[in-house]
Order: sequence, then C-alpha cells, then structure tokens
Amino acid sequence: MINYLIRRLGTTLITVLVLSYTIFAIVQIPPGDAVDRQVRLRQTQGDVVTREEIETLRAQYGLDRPILVRYYQWIRGFLVGDLGRSTSGRRVNDLIAERLPQTVALAVAGLIITYAIGIPVGIYSATHQYSAGDYIANSISFIGMSVPGFLIGIILLYLFYKWFGLSIGGFFSVEYKSAPWSWARLQDLINHLWVPLFVVAVGSTGGLIRTMRATLLDELSKQYVMTARAKGVPMRKLLLKYPVRLALNPIIASIGHIFPYLLSGQVVIAIVLNLPVLGPLLNTALTNEDIALSSSILLIQSLLAVFGTVVSDVLLAVLDPRIRFERGAH
Amino acid sequence: MSDERKSSPSPTLARRKKDELTAEERFFAASQWELMWRKFRKHKLALASGVVLIFLYAIAVTFEFWAPYGPISEQGLINMRPTRIHFRNEEGKFVGPFVYGIEQVVDMETFKRVPVEDKDVTYPIRFFVHAEPYKLWGLFETDRHFFGAGEGKVLLVGTDELGRDLFSRILAGSRISLSVGVVGVAISLVLGSFFGGIAGYYGSWADLIISRAIEFIGSIPNLPLWMLLASIIPLDWPVVRVYFMTTIIISLLTWVGLARVVRSLLLQLRTMDYVKAAQLAGASDMRLIIDHLLPGMLSYLIVQVTIAIPNTILAETALSFLGLGMRPPAVSWGVLLRAAQNVQNIVLRPWMLAPAIVVIVTIFVFNFVGDGLRDAADPYK
Repeated sequence: MINYLIRRLGTTLITVLVLSYTIFAIVQIPPGDAVDRQVRLRQTQGDVVTREEIETLRAQYGLDRPILVRYYQWIRGFLVGDLGRSTSGRRVNDLIAERLPQTVALAVAGLIITYAIGIPVGIYSATHQYSAGDYIANSISFIGMSVPGFLIGIILLYLFYKWFGLSIGGFFSVEYKSAPWSWARLQDLINHLWVPLFVVAVGSTGGLIRTMRATLLDELSKQYVMTARAKGVPMRKLLLKYPVRLALNPIIASIGHIFPYLLSGQVVIAIVLNLPVLGPLLNTALTNEDIALSSSILLIQSLLAVFGTVVSDVLLAVLDPRIRFERGAH
Repeated sequence: MSDERKSSPSPTLARRKKDELTAEERFFAASQWELMWRKFRKHKLALASGVVLIFLYAIAVTFEFWAPYGPISEQGLINMRPTRIHFRNEEGKFVGPFVYGIEQVVDMETFKRVPVEDKDVTYPIRFFVHAEPYKLWGLFETDRHFFGAGEGKVLLVGTDELGRDLFSRILAGSRISLSVGVVGVAISLVLGSFFGGIAGYYGSWADLIISRAIEFIGSIPNLPLWMLLASIIPLDWPVVRVYFMTTIIISLLTWVGLARVVRSLLLQLRTMDYVKAAQLAGASDMRLIIDHLLPGMLSYLIVQVTIAIPNTILAETALSFLGLGMRPPAVSWGVLLRAAQNVQNIVLRPWMLAPAIVVIVTIFVFNFVGDGLRDAADPYK
C-alpha cells in the first residue's frame, strides 16, 4: 500500500510539473504583453510614453528575463503563496482567495449531490428495469448528459423569472449581499444555491445513473445472485452486500473524471448564473491578457482536478485489493 | 431470430444471385453493414433522428436559399418579437398565409418600442421568391429564396438589437456550428487513430508513453484549457482562420477519447486468432492493419465519431458564447447565444433563446443516432 502511494504521488508530481509549465508557456504565446497593453492604453489617452518608461515597466513585471527564469519565479511564488500582481493592480492572492472557497464548495457539493442522487436512483433503475420510474430516470439522465449545464441554466433563468418573477442569479439577493450572517441570509443563500447546484450536477448525475444501472444489471444477471436468492437471502440484503459493492468500484474510479468535469462545467454556468467563483474571473483575465491572474487560476483548477484523480485512485486501492497487489508487483 | 439460426445456410449460397435467396438465406449472406442497417432501421427514434440530421446538414450547406434574409442585413425593426402570420383576412375569409405591414411605435409611458400592425396593408407570403441577391458557395449568383413576403417582413423568430432577422441568422449559424463538429472530429480522428493506433499496435514503451499522455490530457478540466488556447487567437484574424484555429484547438483535447477507443480495440483484436494467423502467414504490417484490423473496428469507430461530433459542437458553442471562439461578424450558434447571457436580456427578448433550442435539438438528434448505431454495431444484441 505504502509502495503504491509513493508511486502514485511520484507520477502526480511529474504531471503537475508538466502541467504547470504547459500552462505558463501557452499563456506567454500571444504577441504583446501586459506592458504593451498599458502603453497602448496610455497612448490613446494622449500620454507620451518614453522608451525608458517601457523598460522600467518591463523590469517591474519581470518581463525582461528568459522564460525559464520567469517560470521558476512563478512556481516558487506559487509554492510560498505569492502569486504576483494582477494587471488591475490588486494582488492575485486576494482575487483568488475571494472566490476559491465558493469554487471548491460548489464542485464538492455537486459531487455529493451526484452521488447522493445517482447511486440510489441507479440502483432503483436497475432493480425495477423497464418500470415507469426506470423510464423517467433514463430520460432525465439522457437529457442531463446531452444538454450542457449552461444551456439548462439560461432556460431555467428565463422560466423562473417568467413563472415566479424570481431572479435566481448570484449567491445572494441584493439586500443580503453585504449583510452580516444571519438566519435570513442563510435562508437566502439556500434559496439561491439549489438552482446552480442542480445545473452543475445534472450532467454528472445523469452519467452516474447510467453507469450504476448498467453495471448493476450486469451483476444481477450473474449466477451467484440467483444462488443467493434461491437460498432465501432477502433481496435488499443481497443487493447491498454483493452486487452494489461490486458496482461501486467503477463509480469510485469515476470521481477522477467527475471532479474535473464539475470544475470545467462551472466556468460557463457561473457566467450565466452570475456566480462569484473562479470561472468568470478566468474569462476576464484571459480577455485582458492578465497573465499572472489567468495562469494562477488555470493552475489551481488543474491542481484541484489532479487532486480529485489522486483521491479516487487511492480510494480505489483501499477498496479493491486487486489494484494494490497488481500495481505493487511491478 | 433464434429459430432462423437452427438450419444452416446452403453451401452454394455465394454462387446464387441475390433475388433467388429466401429471406432466411439472405440473413446469413448479409454483410456486416447490411446487418447493421437492418438493426438500425428497427430503432425508429434513431432512424427519424437520422433523417432530421440529414435535413439539418442539407440546410447548413444551402442556408442562403432557405433564409428569407441575409444574416447581416438589417430589417429596420429593432428587437422585434416574431411576426404573426395570418391566414384569414379582416372579414374572416381564408386567403392563405400573409403578414400585415408593421411599424414600431415608441410607447410614451414605458419608452419601449411596441410593434403595431397596419391592417390596411397586407403582404402575402410566397414561395421561391426573388429577394436579396446572394452568391451560393461563392459560385452561383441568384436572388431566389425559399419564401418571403415581398415588401412585408416575415421575421419567424424575431430580430436582434440591430434589427437582423434571427431566423436567417440561426440558419446561417448552422453552417459554422454544424461543420465545426465534422471538421473537428475529422482532425481528432486522425490524431486519435494515429496515436491510439501506435499504442495499440506496437504496445510496449510506445503504449506506455501514449497512455500516460492520454491520461494526462484527460485529467485536466477541458473548458479552462480550451479558453486559454482560444484566448491566444489574435483579434484581427479573418473569420476563416479563426474558424480553423478554433476547430484545431477543440480537437487538441478531444482526440484522446478516440485514441483510447482505438487503442483498446486494437489491443483486443491483436490477440484474435485470425489476426495471429495472418501475421504468421507473413502478412505485412500494412496489410494486417488495412485488411484485418480496420474492418474489425470500423463499426465501433463510426459509433464513437457520432458521439464525439455533438461534443465538439457544444465546445464551439460554449467558447463562442464566452467570446473566445468564433466572434462577430462570424455567425455561429454560440455567437448568437451571447445575446442571451443575462437575465434582463432574456426577459425583454425571450426569442433570443431560440438558438439554445436549436442547439439542444441538434445534440439530441446526434445522441439518438449514436445510440441507434451503438446498438446496431453490437453483434451480441
């Protein structure tokens, strides 16, 4: 187990290094940098910008050094928790700190909802194959999987406004936005939260229902199930003891895919629903060529995704001895 | 089906002409593709979706004809709700489809533009009319449109903030949005078969490296990376270049799915007896791949491609929606959806949601066809 963990962490470290350099290198590609933009802006305002001034600005942003040096500085800054300055003048740390908790909370809550709904509904679907409930679950999961969250979000925004006169965007209503925490504010947050949660989680939930149903149906048709039934084991006990446990394996493995999916899906959904998470910030950072900000957000999002994969791999190794031994033997 | 299989086909089957065979014999003589088609045909929803899909692509290829107006020509009516089409005149007599003349009057209390129908002027809707001239595929100059109302305005879905007909724009957008799917998947199919093929065919260290790369790309959240790559497209590039760049960027991440399928299929097929036999008989790599491996995996590949296309279409829609993929003056469904980005806009002009519905229908249709193909390609069903 220890051996497996060490190997897994080693490959993760390499992944993270490659990933961070890729992000850093791509962000640098566009011709012209933040200084060029600033100079252009000042020139349109009628300022005269001298060559020396440009050079000083470049040096100030560290843009005059070679890329590997800048990468090293960036990654070292990242490790000690200093992400540099955004072109808006604010510290990237502060900008991200404002939004990171909500981002993680939304993805984790989405994950919990995916499992809380996906597993029971998947079990129901498989044990009641071709029943009305199965058809409903199937249709909903089909819609959830094929229609992207942001389109569902746009349509829900409109319908809620039309039917209930409600504006469901954001996390808080206007009157609670900067109010201190109170029961009323919590209530307001919950009222606003379930729509984004639904929109974020509907796709992954649909996928999970389908996987759960398919694997469980496979298991249920196996002979050990029939033997156990013939010996008089009650269905519920049997179900939870063997087939469901087996069917859970691929589902634990899917955390690694679902978590990046949730983070990725959040980006557009957050823009539509006006949520204060990292997605919209990334969008503006990319359009403004705010390198320090956009590369930091991208790295954080990728790290979260890689972290999700590691967690799912380790969980899988804990649950399934075959994986531990197979990998350990190499 | 199980009854049919009990009797074995007659040995001279291959020598006789097709119309001499009985239905049962035809089943045994059918090629893999014929069998697939038979199964696919039974899946009514998939079949109907296939027809819709062909229809959508046919429109995308020739949208200039089907659209009553040009995608960027302004109709003078700004933020107009969809035009009402009438069939009966003031006296209640049926006169066929027509529209009334329309003017926008500013309501002095709300300062909103309100459309007012002028019941004295009627414009019948006619088919195959002469209207705005265009050049189809840059070759044929013509001014035929499928329908139109002459001087009157038929705005089936309404207009945008510049008074451009949204229906015509949705049709125009289908050319970019639908073709991104095909072109993007074609690129990722090339990449996927190449890398997946090397990994699956040669195995050993090539497999190790490529599998790691596939895993690596699979573990990063796609959309942020797409956004990053799309954001480096220079703003002053012409539409065609932006189009190809966006498509390439999308395929850079989607090929891994296809590569994974190609790899696992090849790994499976390589252990089959007939492949080993061919190899021992001295077949070259090329012959092995083209004559023995490719036919074995083609049907699965087609299924995967059908499933990958809608995902590519959605990626383009999301990127353009964010302003990072296609951008005006290009018209794509994602570009059109930018008008539906905030709730005030949608509430004032709900018809701006129409492109979303078109996208959803397209995605559904593709998924149904993919489902039908998947069932049809599975020999064990």
